[in-house]
Amino acid sequence: MVSSFGSPFDALFALQRALEANLTSDWLGAGTAGPGAFPPINVFQKGDDFVAVVELPGVDKESVEIEAKENTIRIAGRKTIKYDESASVHRRERVTGSFDRTIAVPIQIDPDAIRAEMRDGVLALFIARAQRDKPRKIAIG
Amino acid sequence: MASEQELPVQQKREVEKKQESTIPARVYVPVTDIFETQSALMLAMEMPGVDRENVDIKLEGGILTVEGEINFAKYEDLYPVYTEYNIGNYARSFELSSDIDQDRISAELKDGVVMLTLPKAAKATPRKIKVN
Repeated sequence: MVSSFGSPFDALFALQRALEANLTSDWLGAGTAGPGAFPPINVFQKGDDFVAVVELPGVDKESVEIEAKENTIRIAGRKTIKYDESASVHRRERVTGSFDRTIAVPIQIDPDAIRAEMRDGVLALFIARAQRDKPRKIAIG
Repeated sequence: MASEQELPVQQKREVEKKQESTIPARVYVPVTDIFETQSALMLAMEMPGVDRENVDIKLEGGILTVEGEINFAKYEDLYPVYTEYNIGNYARSFELSSDIDQDRISAELKDGVVMLTLPKAAKATPRKIKVN
């Protein structure tokens, strides 16, 4: 997606525009899995497969649970923040609590082949498309 | 208990600058908690996607500026099909009182959260005063 422009800032800007252009995408459909729930998710296509990216700053990977079944993926967990009890708070903007979100993707997935990676507060789910769902080339006989 | 609540979605806030930057890319304000302990002022800033090499902390003229650059090269070959949030670099500045020991400022990054410790200068640490 990110083309090799002269400046890396042009590339970032192009990526930001591409992300914004898809804010209204109806790829997930109008089901219960629609937008508005925590955590916000971005879904990308990578070749035949898909990558879902979720920002979860301050959540360690032990407190995240991911389940996949047929075409649904569930991401649940808890975000806790612990500060020294004697500390006095000047400004509090970070929120804590539990989250539980299920998305139904409009593709057949291979639940056994899903891979999850978490780094620097960003969770990436590599969603493999089921073999039978992949487009097949048909030769004209 | 407060921690049992369902997490709401926090919309990202864009940095508002007095001057327009020459680069059109968006910059976001990291969600920040500030608290004070006996010995230090602590800042916890959420910057998901920023690794430790790309956090820049400056203290100049009483203004603390923290900037984080995301590594968007990871998004190469990815084509967005459905998005709910945008990504971008992070920047935020705070005005500090002068009683911070600037030489001992330290920072830690864990799970996308930058934890800054700004130790108070000796004269600013509270002293218990005994009533005779």
